Amino acid sequence: MRHERRIQVGPVGFRIGSDWAAPLAALDRLYAGYPEPAIADFTVRLEAPRPWRRWLRPKVHIGGDYMLPDAAPLSLAHGLLAAEMGMNLQMALGQRRYLLLHASGVEKGGRALLMTGLSGAGKSTLAALLGECGWRLLGDEFALVDCDSGALHPFPRAVSLKNAAVDLFDDVDPGRLGPLLADTPKGTIRHLRPNDDAIARMEETAMPALLLFPRFGHAAEIREVGQGEAFVRLTQASTNYVALEERGFEALARLIRTVPVRAVDYPDTESAVEAVERLCEDLA
Amino acid sequence: MTAAIYIADPPDTRRLIALDGVALIFHRLSGQTHIVAPPAPEILDALGEGEADAETLLARLRRDHEIADEEGLSEALDARLAELEAAGLVRRA
Amino acid sequence: MTDARLLTRALADPPSTASFGPADWTPLIAMARAEQLLGSLAHRLDGLAQSDKVAELLAAARASADHARRTALWEAEMARRALADIDARVILLKGTAYVAAGLSAGIGRSIGDLDILVPRASLDAVERALIGRGGWEWVKEDDYDDAYYRRWMHELPPLIHKERDRMIDVHHTILPPTARPTPDADALIADSEALDPSEPRGLRVLSPPDMICHAACHMLADGDLAGGLRNLWDIDRLLRDFGEREGFWDDLAARAERHQLTKPVARALRLAEALYGTPVDGDVAGRGRAGDALYIRRLLARDGWGRETRKGLRQAFYIRSHWLRMPPAMLARHLWTKWRKG
Repeated sequence: MRHERRIQVGPVGFRIGSDWAAPLAALDRLYAGYPEPAIADFTVRLEAPRPWRRWLRPKVHIGGDYMLPDAAPLSLAHGLLAAEMGMNLQMALGQRRYLLLHASGVEKGGRALLMTGLSGAGKSTLAALLGECGWRLLGDEFALVDCDSGALHPFPRAVSLKNAAVDLFDDVDPGRLGPLLADTPKGTIRHLRPNDDAIARMEETAMPALLLFPRFGHAAEIREVGQGEAFVRLTQASTNYVALEERGFEALARLIRTVPVRAVDYPDTESAVEAVERLCEDLA
Repeated sequence: MTAAIYIADPPDTRRLIALDGVALIFHRLSGQTHIVAPPAPEILDALGEGEADAETLLARLRRDHEIADEEGLSEALDARLAELEAAGLVRRA
Repeated sequence: MTDARLLTRALADPPSTASFGPADWTPLIAMARAEQLLGSLAHRLDGLAQSDKVAELLAAARASADHARRTALWEAEMARRALADIDARVILLKGTAYVAAGLSAGIGRSIGDLDILVPRASLDAVERALIGRGGWEWVKEDDYDDAYYRRWMHELPPLIHKERDRMIDVHHTILPPTARPTPDADALIADSEALDPSEPRGLRVLSPPDMICHAACHMLADGDLAGGLRNLWDIDRLLRDFGEREGFWDDLAARAERHQLTKPVARALRLAEALYGTPVDGDVAGRGRAGDALYIRRLLARDGWGRETRKGLRQAFYIRSHWLRMPPAMLARHLWTKWRKG
């Protein structure tokens, strides 16, 4: 393809090709300092749906090794988002080496905290906030569980801040922020590059010590979650649990049986950070 | 019409992990995970002795477990067998 | 410009990848994924020395193929259970048949829907059993599609399982009745072979020559060559499994003629020989034709980014495929209905 950029994130290498220069230039700035893989695990393509679409009201079609047949194209102004979605799609549909959980993760002192829940539950924002105050960000979107050891492999992609969460990161180094993307299908989005520590240590695994199901916008409450319920919710949060067969089964069962599990409701982000830190001290 | 005879595959086709109150069964032939509550694991164990119709099965369960004589016991067993059959853990001879 | 020759060479001659560097592997893997051949390739390259990353990607592809295999066999077994009370032969087709019969074509193969062939007279009973006891249901289609399937296609409208979310296609022959060749479905069924000879009422597969006829017909007489490299790889593997058997090539020629598939079978053999070096019988394959080169260009129309190339040629094969399946007036009516619905 006309333009190409390679990015290594944790154990996964991406090759991103594009019909236009702009999306890859934005990707370059956002992923400054990331290694480049010699051999890519996955290929992402940002393509013009029709040849003339490259110039006339350009639309970006997200292609690659793995695709959704009905994925709607994005406007070229949102090309960076298209690249991010393309990488997510490869992981969600193609990852077979690690058990992939739709979960965020942070680590301190070798002990990892996993957070999972429905979209909008705040797991991504929470992980990003913790990543700015003494925790190491492992990933805001996907947690990669090693089926043999149970360890988490960091996957510190750029954090996708949405809508109100964008304002919470006003005071970070502006060089770590991507462009403000308004009116995307998901609202306003701005990407945040994890801090240098998270990138430098992207090959350093961590053992899970606590699993949380956070929920934003509810009165503060902490509940225990039964193992059966936790197991079911994690299978629903995994895109490759079924494909990994018995390895995935054993990995998930071990996780559920070895770490405490809690559901955490919280009214706002400040109290959430506090509550989570306290829980970690008590349980992890 | 004669009563249906049920068969369960041998125990090594399943990996069972007990959690609090429920059991996870990984079924190696289908690659599927089933979350079951009692008496499903007990039914599979009882069928491990060999194929059986529902009546024989109930006798085996009574022999090995404390089962109160309740109304509708055999209907409940039929319902559990139907679930296990739909899941593919039990099939008819 | 790169084309899928990179992939066909790696498949046909695995040791040739020993000299590959990173600049070869990334395009090869993208191409193999796009052609649904990464699992087959991963098995072909198993045991050869590779860098850690390549070995890791190929191992994951093999694990994926194992999963596809297990899932396909389980769907077949569940269909068998649902249809156990019906007095009709149930014949597995395509990928599921290859893995169930332990054929080389099944090694590493990706498998989608379950395809079965049953006698036309048993269609209603099969449909009832799958929906009743089996737990399958109609994929929601509109009335036009449903009527179209029932009237013009060689299969029931697709069914999907309520719990397992897997599709089954129930065929009563191997080409739509509208297509020009009319394969002899009764002969396919009569000569099918039981997977387990001690279980004559169990699942069956087509006889070896009929398997080749079906694969060639599926690739060349029933589609626009999408997935063509994979279909041709099936044919290569099947011919290598069967080619040494006594009398196989004569049987193949006779069966191809009986099913009115002499030309597609001959062409499939020539294409397999050209792209995968398949040993074929010259009498059955016939002399090369000018059109073969176009087929080869179309089959290889894939670049190192996994993109489709040669758009015009692809389009030509697409139109041709509809032409093959339907008389022109019916094609116009069908396309019109599709366009109007947007």
